[in-house]
Amino acid sequence: MNVEQLKAAHKLLAEYRYTPAKLDRGYANKSLYINLSENKIEEKVVTETMKEKFIGGKGFGLWYLWNAVTPETKWNDPENEIVISPGPIGGITQYPGAGKSLVVSISPTTGSVVDSNVGGYFGPLLKFSGWDALEVQGKAEKDVIIFIDGNNGLVTIEESPEEAVDSHLLGEQLTEMFADNEEDKRNISVVSAGTAAEHTLIGMLNFSFYDARRKAVRLKQAGRGGIGTVLRDKKIKAIVVKFRGVKGNLNNVADFEKVSKTGIKLHKEIYNGDDKQNKMRLRGTTFLVGIMNDYDLLPTNNFKFGSHPKGKEISAPKWVERFNYTGKSDGCWYGCTLSCCKVMCDFELKTGPYKGQKVIIDAPEYETIAGVGSNCGIFDIDYIAECNFYCDTYGIDTISFGTLTAFLMECYENGIINKEITGGLELNFGNKEAAMELLHQMSRGEGFGKIAGQGVRKCKELFIKEYGADANFLQDIAMEAKGMEYAEYLSKESLAQQGGFGLANKGPQHDEAWLIFMDMVNNQLPTFEDKAEALHYFPMFRTWFGLVGLCKLPWNDIVPEDNGLTDEPAKVPEHVQNYVDLFNGVTGKNITKEDLIAQSEGVYNFQKVFNLRMGFGTREYDKVPYRSVGPVTEEEYLSRQERYDGQLKELLGMDPEGMSTQEKMAALRKYREEQYEKLCDAVYERKGWTKNGIPKLETLKRLGMDLPEVVEVVKRYL
Amino acid sequence: MIKVNGKDFQWEEGLTVQKMLEKKNYTFPHIVIKINGKYIPPEDYQTTIINKGDDVEAIHLITGG
Ligand code: SF4
Repeated sequence: MNVEQLKAAHKLLAEYRYTPAKLDRGYANKSLYINLSENKIEEKVVTETMKEKFIGGKGFGLWYLWNAVTPETKWNDPENEIVISPGPIGGITQYPGAGKSLVVSISPTTGSVVDSNVGGYFGPLLKFSGWDALEVQGKAEKDVIIFIDGNNGLVTIEESPEEAVDSHLLGEQLTEMFADNEEDKRNISVVSAGTAAEHTLIGMLNFSFYDARRKAVRLKQAGRGGIGTVLRDKKIKAIVVKFRGVKGNLNNVADFEKVSKTGIKLHKEIYNGDDKQNKMRLRGTTFLVGIMNDYDLLPTNNFKFGSHPKGKEISAPKWVERFNYTGKSDGCWYGCTLSCCKVMCDFELKTGPYKGQKVIIDAPEYETIAGVGSNCGIFDIDYIAECNFYCDTYGIDTISFGTLTAFLMECYENGIINKEITGGLELNFGNKEAAMELLHQMSRGEGFGKIAGQGVRKCKELFIKEYGADANFLQDIAMEAKGMEYAEYLSKESLAQQGGFGLANKGPQHDEAWLIFMDMVNNQLPTFEDKAEALHYFPMFRTWFGLVGLCKLPWNDIVPEDNGLTDEPAKVPEHVQNYVDLFNGVTGKNITKEDLIAQSEGVYNFQKVFNLRMGFGTREYDKVPYRSVGPVTEEEYLSRQERYDGQLKELLGMDPEGMSTQEKMAALRKYREEQYEKLCDAVYERKGWTKNGIPKLETLKRLGMDLPEVVEVVKRYL
Repeated sequence: MIKVNGKDFQWEEGLTVQKMLEKKNYTFPHIVIKINGKYIPPEDYQTTIINKGDDVEAIHLITGG
């Protein structure tokens, strides 16, 4: 690679010099605004009101985006933005999981506002460079990179015609180009997408960090909602930040001792407990595959089933054999002792443009294994790893790709699409060659891959319109809600999990609520009120991580030894207190655990109103496909006949003897669909919303979110 | 019969917590066990006997996601 040559082809379009702000109690108090249509670079002041009401991270992203767009703005309009913000706790090195950024934009697949969280070094380095958020608007004419030099106080927009687009190459090129030497590479982070992000709507963003031990650039992903597609539509090849001098207290926290003590407590807990608990340091999130399979929750064949005899072939022990360990932790930011980010080195690619090359892969996480693996009926770890690599480098969300391919496979097996339509791809469940070719076509913007890359919702609509597919059947099996593809948990037996997916503001993404065990296995949420309470608390709690810059895994993937003795083990009370202490220690404020929830509620309700403003957000948008609620086909019913017959008896008081399978399915469906509607009623009530899912004015007032522009939107719906 | 998480489960002579977990295929690492409201630490799963009619809670904590 000759980076000098690449660099020589750059053309400087704009340059901005600034004095990097010293952080004060977690905030730089400034944000960076860039408009690519006008080659404008400016700074904005972060106000006290912003910090009070929106906190940071996703909150800042939503606020800036709200002010940037109109109800008519589409994802590919120049006024759409990509906003990246880490939050006040983001970047501290004392507590595990503090390197997360939140990215906000108008989504190509949902048409509404979306947020996605991601590791990698970009967020912390951006903040240390003096910016609480980066807001990018407009569209460049030709491919550009944005470069932020946090030591020298320089921001540039540069045309960059020669660099690669695929992330594994581009990340290396730009890290090499902007680093002064090998040592300096760890001070650089690159945000990029890839060739498939250009041709599909399910593009994602890679956030890089330099792995000094393996001497390689590694990637973490902001996967959901197609933000990588927005990046490439703006003709951004990459956003690069460089900051040298990461050390213990750059956040300039209010009470360093408190922050430090809280961190040491958790470090010790991880050292002592992780081997006995989830073994994240050894297995990463792969440990969930076997467990989900055991509990009949692992999506298989487009969410038809929850387990498969071959589930073992893609579960943790198989991955552990293939991971590369260095004996040191593999975190995605300094100080994460939980270190779930596993690596596969020297992986030889079998297909595609990089066939035969040996690459380093950020090893698949649970969602990827379940999505591109079991959900597509593929139980082959080499395929999963290769598919993961190509999704990453091409800039494709693995969850959306997995759920989409599974949907196409079910359509193919039902004759809705055929070889003629797919251009020869035999998309049967389990056909890994066809699935891989589909992905390569997305990168090339060719053939059926280009059509498929529009996502599940648009494919569904096309198949109904063009190929005469049965609209009801497709509606049932197309695993999307609000236009976003489902994340990888089988929710059929847990009403609370159905709600967790269906009621999430951005679409069916598990980061808001994951209540399957509490509801289905533990039987802890017997009433609608219990479920509604859990669907209030947990989404709010988890939303908070995205306001402050934290990863959710250290909250509950490791727990204190005596957690079982506490009043509410599911909430991990000691860790909740840790977060309260961290926030107060960083910002000097004095919030309680109740205030923590209220902070999230304010932003969450704002996001809900944002959806309404964009023409979405009412009750009808919380509808879910029936596949996520119950058995759609006879095959599914019969595969778990004992369970479903038992439910007819116990829950509906019916005698299944003498009923046809179709009659049984119809009765069960009526019951389950009614339950889901009742759940919606209960959750809206608990959240302080109307029956149509609209925040009541008194709710907004209670949360201090009764801003005139917010009230104006809501009043139209009341 | 015993109750496990509020649902009937077949009892047998000499049923330990460990055996019950295996029979239920409860392989999740974060499980809190209580028998008739009394917390049983994991190191006692092999030796703690579940008696006929006991009310067992096998509370799986939230994880992952
Ligand atoms: S737990 Fe994993 S994803 Fe979370 S911060 Fe640590 S290494 Fe990153």
